[in-house]
Amino acid sequence: MSEAARSSDFVRTALVPKRPAPVVTTGVIGFLRARMFNSPFNILLTIVSALVLWSLIAPMVKFMLIDAVWHGTDRSACLEANVGHPVGACWPFIQAKFSQFIYGFYPEAQRWRADLTFALGALLLLPLLIPRAPAKKINAALFFAAFPVVAFFLLRGGGMKGFAVHWLADLGNTFAASFRDAGGRLTDAGQAIAAPLGAVGQAVKWFGDAIAYVVWPVAALRDWIDTTAYPFWTDFIITAVAISFLVFFLSGGLRNGWSALAASIATFACIAAVILVMQLDRGGLPPVDTRLWGGLLVTLVVSITGIVASMPVGIALALGRRSTIPLIRIFSVAFIEFWRGVPLITVLFFATYMLPLFLPGDFTIDGLLRVLVGIALFAGAYNAEVIRGGLQAVPRGQAEAAQALGLSYWKTTGLIVLPQALRHVIPGLVNSFIALFKDTTLVLIVAIFDLLGQLRASFADPNWATPTTLFTGFAFTGMIYFVVCFAMSRYSLFVERRLNAHRNA
Amino acid sequence: MTADPIVSIAGLNKWYGAFHVLRDIDLDVARGERIVICGPSGSGKSTLIRCINALEEFQEGRIVVDGIALGPNLRHVDQVRREVGMVFQSFNLFPHLTVLENCTLAPIWVRNIPRKDAEAAAMQYLERVRIPEQADKYPGQISGGQQQRVAIARALTMNPKVMLFDEPTSALDPEMVKEVLDTMVDLAKEGMTMIVVTHEMGFAREIANRVVFMDSGQIIEVNTPAQFFEHPRHERTKLFLSQILR
Repeated sequence: MSEAARSSDFVRTALVPKRPAPVVTTGVIGFLRARMFNSPFNILLTIVSALVLWSLIAPMVKFMLIDAVWHGTDRSACLEANVGHPVGACWPFIQAKFSQFIYGFYPEAQRWRADLTFALGALLLLPLLIPRAPAKKINAALFFAAFPVVAFFLLRGGGMKGFAVHWLADLGNTFAASFRDAGGRLTDAGQAIAAPLGAVGQAVKWFGDAIAYVVWPVAALRDWIDTTAYPFWTDFIITAVAISFLVFFLSGGLRNGWSALAASIATFACIAAVILVMQLDRGGLPPVDTRLWGGLLVTLVVSITGIVASMPVGIALALGRRSTIPLIRIFSVAFIEFWRGVPLITVLFFATYMLPLFLPGDFTIDGLLRVLVGIALFAGAYNAEVIRGGLQAVPRGQAEAAQALGLSYWKTTGLIVLPQALRHVIPGLVNSFIALFKDTTLVLIVAIFDLLGQLRASFADPNWATPTTLFTGFAFTGMIYFVVCFAMSRYSLFVERRLNAHRNA
Repeated sequence: MTADPIVSIAGLNKWYGAFHVLRDIDLDVARGERIVICGPSGSGKSTLIRCINALEEFQEGRIVVDGIALGPNLRHVDQVRREVGMVFQSFNLFPHLTVLENCTLAPIWVRNIPRKDAEAAAMQYLERVRIPEQADKYPGQISGGQQQRVAIARALTMNPKVMLFDEPTSALDPEMVKEVLDTMVDLAKEGMTMIVVTHEMGFAREIANRVVFMDSGQIIEVNTPAQFFEHPRHERTKLFLSQILR
């Protein structure tokens, strides 16, 4: 009884009074309250930022969308007098010049070749960027080895006169001839000036003769090939057999070289198929001089080649700079400091206008190729220092542990040190890739018209001279550059998160 | 000394610039023998065992490992390293590879063993150090003691004839020291030749055949554990022991 009475003391008889509703802390209102208007200073900041944003975005939207002209065939469509209100972007100008921005002066009838190259590149690059896509090794081999060659013959046209035997023989003969020539001139100079010079000249001449003797069997083989009915295919088959045999032998011979042999034969079959499809043995596609290339095509060719080619250069230089062999170290340091110390414009100028003066008269290299080599070396020197930073961040114990397991220097570097070093420097590398992508526009000064170059050229067209043409053009190309650079930046963040999963676990 | 030493060090001298780190070291290690090296810090213990698998070069003397001579010019480095496994104070596991990949790397790339066989063998070694369940984790995800046991397994995958331990427990929490020492005791009982630099005197007493005491680059005393701890011959050894055994 008493217990029941006591327990009833705890029974509530009246309802709990209503409390004020809790402050909203979620949703838009909650966010505004908690993050943007929670103190007088933040209120001030919010208002100022809103004003700044408004003053930036409103005119942009007005210019690009509201006041913009969307249809028309020439400048009259974009003049204020004809439209009746202040004119913003003149989009018909972009429509009219679009193909020029993309292809430059690439002949119209041949533009399918550029399209095909773009499509092939995208088709090979996309699965390479998606971690889950299968067959990474074959994909990478196709993109980094096969694609550049195919793209070269697609874009530039022309065929092959011979295959490896021809190349070897021609290269060897060129070297031999050049050494003999130099030796001869030195000997002549020796007679005129000083005897020691003559001796050096004689030595150089002998060196040239020695090369000629080494090359002689190959040259003889080439001459025999040229007498056969199908010289190109004879050369191709000889090359295929020789290389397949070498691969078979090097990877274990009769015991376990069979899979390598099969891979080699399959590779050559694929090469033959590509040659047949593109008719490279019969002159290939009509040649298009690189001076006609332009627009986004050139921007992409230059920047992708620059990015891809500068990586191995950078890695080699970074490793060389840390080498214990003095000669390699000094060379790497000198190389890096030289290319970093010279402006890119100077490099391009030198490659385009000075280099031909130093080369023998009949020896010409394509102008675009010279620029590509210059940019790759230039970017490589920058990458080298970034990569060296990453190498220094890898503890010495890592290499020691790998060596203690019996791994050689190259395996230690390739499997243990470099993978860790490159992960450390992804932000720095992407930084220089983005900078390189935008710097490619400097090729303008050596008369190669990239995207921005084509844009500048199109301003000269009197048909489209309006007060807003300039702004429209830069807005359009700016968007293209932004999309590409932003994509690179976001993708690098994704890669970084994925590769560093083990660190923040 | 011993009849058929697997490691034989004779007249070893090493300088860092003008600093004389190792002075006239002579030491023979028999097959299956367990040597514990102790001494104050800076006495050259680590340097000595790092010389045995050529992580350090030396200026004078001769080291012979299983019949392979390692002179001052460090030829035959790769052959020696294949015979000698090493465990480091700071583990030095490869952080970008999983535990299993850490253990298969060397068999695949140095011994050219097919991946499947290497993985099966690695799992056996991971079972031997009692952490097969961690095989797919990254080193950063497991404890220090587990990392050091993986490091031991990784060294064992190369079937070394000699195992070097460079202060394997100094970087560990006290609680984790035991699991690593237990693994090392197991290894010793299987008859592995071991050269261990350590301050774990209990381990030395239990496992070592001989204890080597070093100070300022010299071997001061070589003795059986019982003699070493109960009746040290040298004053320097007595001082060291009085400081380390409270």
